[in-house]
Amino acid sequence: MLIHLPILQVIVPLMAAPLCLLLTRPRLVWLFTLIVSGLAFLISCLLLQQVMTSGTIIYELSGWEAPWGIEYRIDQLNAFLLLIISAVSTVVLIAADTSIKKEIPADKHTFFYILYLLSLAGMLGIVATGDAFNVFVFLEISSLSAYALIALGKDRRALWAAYQYLIMGTIGATFILIGIGLMYQMTGTLNMHDLSMRLPEVEHTRTVFTAFAFIIVGICLKLALFPLHLWLPNAYAYAPSIVTAFFAATATKVAIYLLIRFTFSVFGLSFSFTAVPLQVLFLVLGLLGIFAASMAAIYQKNIKHLFAYSSIAQIGYMIVGYSVSTTTGLMATLLHLFNHALMKSALFLALAAVMYRIGSVQLSQFQGLGRQMPLTMAAIVIGGLSLIGVPLTVGFVSKWYLILATLENGWWPVAVLILLGSLLAVVYVWRIVEVAYFKPPLASSESIEEAPLSFLIPIWILVLANIYFGIDTRLSVQVTQSAAQSLFGVGL
Amino acid sequence: MLMGLYNDWVVVVLMMVGFYIVIAHGNLIKKIVGLSIFQTSVFIFYISMAKVEGGTAPILAEGISQYSNPLPHVLILTAIVVGIATTALALALAVRIKEAYGSIEEEEIQKQDNLDC
Amino acid sequence: MGVAIAIVRMKDLFAVIMLSGIYGLLSASFFVAMDAVDVAFTEASVGAGISTLLMLVAISMTGRSEHPVRHKPVLALVVVIVTGGLLIYGTLDMPYFGSAQAPVHQHVAPRYINDSMQEVGVPNIVTSVLASYRAFDTFGEVIVIFTAGMGILALLSVLRRPRKTAGDIARDTAEIDSLNDSMHEQHLILRIVSKMLLPFIMLFALYVQFHGDFGPGGGFQAGVIFAAAIILYTMLFGMSTARRVINQSFIQFLAATGVLLYGSVGLVSLLNGKNFLDYSALSADPIAGQHLGILLIELGVGITVASVMIIIFFNFAGRRENSQGNNKT
Repeated sequence: MLIHLPILQVIVPLMAAPLCLLLTRPRLVWLFTLIVSGLAFLISCLLLQQVMTSGTIIYELSGWEAPWGIEYRIDQLNAFLLLIISAVSTVVLIAADTSIKKEIPADKHTFFYILYLLSLAGMLGIVATGDAFNVFVFLEISSLSAYALIALGKDRRALWAAYQYLIMGTIGATFILIGIGLMYQMTGTLNMHDLSMRLPEVEHTRTVFTAFAFIIVGICLKLALFPLHLWLPNAYAYAPSIVTAFFAATATKVAIYLLIRFTFSVFGLSFSFTAVPLQVLFLVLGLLGIFAASMAAIYQKNIKHLFAYSSIAQIGYMIVGYSVSTTTGLMATLLHLFNHALMKSALFLALAAVMYRIGSVQLSQFQGLGRQMPLTMAAIVIGGLSLIGVPLTVGFVSKWYLILATLENGWWPVAVLILLGSLLAVVYVWRIVEVAYFKPPLASSESIEEAPLSFLIPIWILVLANIYFGIDTRLSVQVTQSAAQSLFGVGL
Repeated sequence: MLMGLYNDWVVVVLMMVGFYIVIAHGNLIKKIVGLSIFQTSVFIFYISMAKVEGGTAPILAEGISQYSNPLPHVLILTAIVVGIATTALALALAVRIKEAYGSIEEEEIQKQDNLDC
Repeated sequence: MGVAIAIVRMKDLFAVIMLSGIYGLLSASFFVAMDAVDVAFTEASVGAGISTLLMLVAISMTGRSEHPVRHKPVLALVVVIVTGGLLIYGTLDMPYFGSAQAPVHQHVAPRYINDSMQEVGVPNIVTSVLASYRAFDTFGEVIVIFTAGMGILALLSVLRRPRKTAGDIARDTAEIDSLNDSMHEQHLILRIVSKMLLPFIMLFALYVQFHGDFGPGGGFQAGVIFAAAIILYTMLFGMSTARRVINQSFIQFLAATGVLLYGSVGLVSLLNGKNFLDYSALSADPIAGQHLGILLIELGVGITVASVMIIIFFNFAGRRENSQGNNKT
């Protein structure tokens, strides 16, 4: 069975989804989904272990070798991402049963879990595959289920947010399809590894340049890179809280993976960074994203909106690291990817708990919550500290490598800007702390209790992971370093 | 040279018309129609890539030696299905939005949202 | 192209949708001219058929006309011109239309054309690529359809009223009978003709399903045609009658079954020691294995596509019934 791990990683959640239809009681469906997600997590751990010891794994689907058949290619980069996605999925699911009771009508619960599993399988499929068109197919699986999941939110603005996300997302996916078509036309193949070998002879053509442009723009739409980020704040704010907790930590990460994969492994370093002034472009857009989004975050009254804008800023950091285009820079991006997943899922889960207890996430309703929901608010505070990049949290580690990378490159001004961005984060985190701890509770909120265990357990697993990986960085650094090095063609 | 590329340019124009409808029009249903046209034009692009002068449909038969390329056909079959799935979901959202907002014009909806906040 | 521009200018959505249906049919004919017969078949049934149908049902709930755009869409025009310009720029280096020397015909395709008969044993090369060489993509496609079905169920499904008493059932039957009688007058010809046609349509669907190896056709097209038959029946005889024939949970169960059938074929390969969806594991003779595998997965595709199309239509129509019912009260 071990050699079949790559495909099992995707097939297990994929086939579990229709199986949910055969189970009748929603509670059972939840348990089933949780177990399936846990299995996916286990598989991803085994895969990562295998890749770190023996190198890239190749798996031929349908028994036909690539490029005539579709292959799965697992190296350090995707194994790392598979781990993050399945881990977050499982932890978030622990709280799902309780959370959706208050946010989604009972007759839709089974569909929720089916769509959740489909979304999970879709994302895992995007990451694991080595075939460009297969990426498109699974991208659509994960996107369609995402649109439906977001639309399940209580507020009617969820419907509008889902619609806008659908339109922008489909345009992005169609752009990627155009790009794949153009690449195919010039090389005759769809396999990513094969493409990387055939593209160099045609890379000077205008067609390949156009293909590159379309794919990058398509990915950036999914990435929510400034200025293509417009769909994100509303989608995160109005979706059911569990959905936000899951997506905030995974969806954009998958897009970053695609960016790295296409620029490094398919088009190749030299083409990607010299043909188009990608480095400068991404640096500028990344920085703009950090500042515009952080400032927007400061003025938000809805805490989910606040953290959504914060996510856009964090993506900006990841893009800046990517634009440095050195091993350290890429390492920083991957580390931040990992850390952000931990931070944001914890934060949004905590918000889910608040939503569950008080039915709102408006800042004004947070008054005095520090005393009434101490464990939940403490989690938010630690998450906030991680966002700022305080030492002992995981956010510090990635910011450290980010600054290191920019300094190594001689980009002093950029390092300064990164630090300034962190100061802005202090401002918006402080706003929450101030209201929650230093203002008296509202008269109407006397009876609020701490969040139930089904929330506290996953929240604190994530928070403690946040702190643990902030102190013991061996695992994350080792994996990301190995991944970055192999992408740059150094080492393995 | 121009005749060889004429086909492609027509397709590009079609794609852009569809794309324009999506981003410029405020009516939700019209946007969906535009999206559909945009996607179908991409399919036309792929399929014209597959054609071989003097070839026939890629179904093996006696006496035929030249076939058109089957791979883009396969890809487009999948893409058509993906397209209808997206369209159906988008229409369902539009119906729900109409129920919730009473309108499917982008400006109307945004006006109501601004009042909400 | 004229069709496309007409769509931009028109404000009456009904006309717009009809035009988009025409656009779909024109594309289908173009595909035939390009030797892409399977694609033409699918585009005709899906793009021109189902798509148009769903849009019409949608506007029956959302309204027929579009408000005029008030501001000048300058930014949109700029974006479109830039994108279009980029695309045209990209075409300048592309191989010429129809050229047999183009890279796409040199690398991966020749093996499909030359070797697929020995390796897979099926004359329709598109089927052998779709169902064997790239079977995993097709699996993904079935999942996409399934996802859309689930999404629509999540968005549009209306709670059925609880189990009825004998008195309720009698009342409902009487209601349906009176409805049938009144419609009897108006749509007599349609109803009789369609009742005669229905079995033929279904038979055709089955033919397409199983003949897909030899001619254009296969699971998708067959599933859509089958669903079209059911939808025709529903449109003429009413939702309540149709629901008694096809139960909500049964159809959902069917949708799941198709996907699971497809996946199980792959799992059987795994259990026999080969990779996922490697059909040579299904039988001692690899060619027989290929045939069996393709048959089974196409069946899975057909079942899921048919059920999901029906689910989608029922839920749209059901929602409309619901909202009209609410408007009356």
